[in-house]
Amino acid sequence: MTTPVLELRGIDKSFGPVQVLHDVAFSAYPGEVTALVGDNGAGKSTLVKCIGGIYSIDSGEYYFEGNSVTVSSPREAAALGVEIVYQDLALCDNLDIVQNMFLGRERKSGLVLDEATMEEMAAKTLAGLSVRTVKSLRQHVSSLSGGQRQTVAIAKAVLWNSKVVILDEPTAALGVAQTAQVLELVRQLADKGLAVVLISHNLNDVFAVSDRIAALYLGRMAAQVKASEVTHSQVVELITSGRSGTLGLTNGSGS
Amino acid sequence: MSVDTLPQKVESQAIVKEYVQRVRGGDLGALPAIFGLVVLVGVFSVLRPIFFSPGNFANLLTQGAVYVVIAMGLIFVLLLGEIDLSAGFASGVCAVVMSVTLVNVGVPWYVAILAAMATGVVIGLILGSLVAKLGIPSFVVTLAAFIAFQGVVLLILGQGNIISVRDQTIFAISNKNLPPWLGWGLAAAAVAGYAAVQLVQARNRSKRGLAIAPPLVIGGRVAAVALVIGLAVYVLNLDRGRAIPLMGVPIVVPVILFFLLLWTFVLRRTAFGRHIYAVGGNAEAARRAGIPVDRIKIACFVICSFMASVGGVLAVSRAASVDPNTGGSNVLLFSVGAAVIGGTSLFGGKGRALDAILGGAVVAVVENGMGLMGYGSGQKFVVTGSVLLLAASVDALSRKRAAATGHR
Ligand SMILES: Nc1ncnc2c1ncn2[C@@H]1O[C@H](COP(=O)(O)OP(=O)(O)OP(=O)(O)O)[C@@H](O)[C@H]1O
Ligand SMILES: [Mg+2]
Repeated sequence: MTTPVLELRGIDKSFGPVQVLHDVAFSAYPGEVTALVGDNGAGKSTLVKCIGGIYSIDSGEYYFEGNSVTVSSPREAAALGVEIVYQDLALCDNLDIVQNMFLGRERKSGLVLDEATMEEMAAKTLAGLSVRTVKSLRQHVSSLSGGQRQTVAIAKAVLWNSKVVILDEPTAALGVAQTAQVLELVRQLADKGLAVVLISHNLNDVFAVSDRIAALYLGRMAAQVKASEVTHSQVVELITSGRSGTLGLTNGSGS
Repeated sequence: MSVDTLPQKVESQAIVKEYVQRVRGGDLGALPAIFGLVVLVGVFSVLRPIFFSPGNFANLLTQGAVYVVIAMGLIFVLLLGEIDLSAGFASGVCAVVMSVTLVNVGVPWYVAILAAMATGVVIGLILGSLVAKLGIPSFVVTLAAFIAFQGVVLLILGQGNIISVRDQTIFAISNKNLPPWLGWGLAAAAVAGYAAVQLVQARNRSKRGLAIAPPLVIGGRVAAVALVIGLAVYVLNLDRGRAIPLMGVPIVVPVILFFLLLWTFVLRRTAFGRHIYAVGGNAEAARRAGIPVDRIKIACFVICSFMASVGGVLAVSRAASVDPNTGGSNVLLFSVGAAVIGGTSLFGGKGRALDAILGGAVVAVVENGMGLMGYGSGQKFVVTGSVLLLAASVDALSRKRAAATGHR
């Protein structure tokens, strides 16, 4: 079995008196798509934000490529090679595609922004992802369709030779064709050797692209299993009640 | 143009089409300000021919200078989606600091100006920290500062006191002119510099096979800039004196152009500038991209108050004195008005340094033209207020339209 590039153990996270994550374990493997599923409010986005350094974890261990690390800011996560495409898209409407893709990591020559290099790299990345639908790299992202925005957000994440790309409900707001496009993109990333984490409520999508499935139930990790070893209805049970036959939580304790 | 083919050139037609689309989509840019300027200048020139004289043109520039400079600073705060109501009186405080150090302490003029600027920076640091670190709404912080600074000016000067500033250098900034040859020299340098930047940029891009504007468009831009600058310098170099000859570009003009270049460079060509737009557009996205949002905010307030201090220096220079009203009454409103009329959005994320000049010109034309027509302060305030409201409506409507069409 391959070793996970990203591994979390015993993660706890509270917002004030509300504990949102209880003793969560989670792994992501290179070249694989790991789906993270769970009902609304199960804590998926919170877990992802902990991984991305947006929230600090209360306790637990964070391993990256086998080394124990602490991640306390988005910059540190990015430095490791962890990129997140957030559910609430983290794009600036008033900036263009290139500006968004390089936001916070602009290329400079001396003091001045190196627009030409950035545009070139952005074009290459988008072409590498076989994206052909955007008219101009210099259009504001506010003028893009939902699928195009999602594409920009994903391209932004892979621009940096990242090792782990996490997508929080990338297809939630998309139509059928655009969803298929984005899923295709997700599979491509994994085939390139990245560890991809996909959060989705749509189990058809999940089964279509994932190698593993991790189910969160009320802030606890119910199970993390190979997609080929479970059925659709077993996953539904894990999501809705936290257990399914021998899989899942035993009386509310950890997995 | 599509990403995978990347043609060498974009056709002129395509550029025009894209521009029309942007305007239709609600991104009016400089159009309302330029349209307003043309209309106002036309109306005043017909009603009061003296309005359209070289003497009055020079007058307009020095009259508007204070608003333009303060507006340029305000744009940074407006880009964040914040406001600085204290910029007017901050300029007053800085003006008083300069005058007191100059007259009462007796330091040289440049030390006095530095003292004023340092005061501006400190004010900005305090305001910015309160907004960014404590999270108090900028409206409240700067309203409090607005009131307090008014008091500070009174406390330092004493009620009804005036300090006359007779320093020749400081007086010269707003009241003296460049020799005509120097005006032409600077104009030539400015146009050559602009052309060089455009050409180098285009060369750089075409070398890498990126899309560039057609030569016709680049040439057109350079020609337009050369025409505007050349015409202005020509008119200002005409003799506008009554008894003794008086000519040349007022010294404040290169001062303003210096700041225009500086802040345009910062906003458009540096990562810091890019981050300002990002914070104004989507602060959370900026934070997730690892941008130090708090520091960016503080820096913008510092720039704003710093520019207010420059405005204070210009105000003292023009009046040759400082009194409790310096930076008071209409200064703040006219400056905010200038920024918004010029096209800077009150909602953040949209604006340029040039907006301050375009909008400042509109404000100065209204004030000057109505003054020439014999209207009093009452009418001027009402008209300027209406113009500001009109500009804000254009801003709000174009934003709505932009949201509807997906442009911005
Ligand atoms: N910043 C916060 N402060 C307090 N509570 C929070 C915060 N963020 C999330 N929560 C709570 O944590 C729980 C998990 O939220 P989270 O957003 O992680 O769920 P989710 O699994 O992503 O749900 P969804 O499928 O709806 O996106 C919810 O009960 C939510 O109310
Ligand atoms: Mg979520």
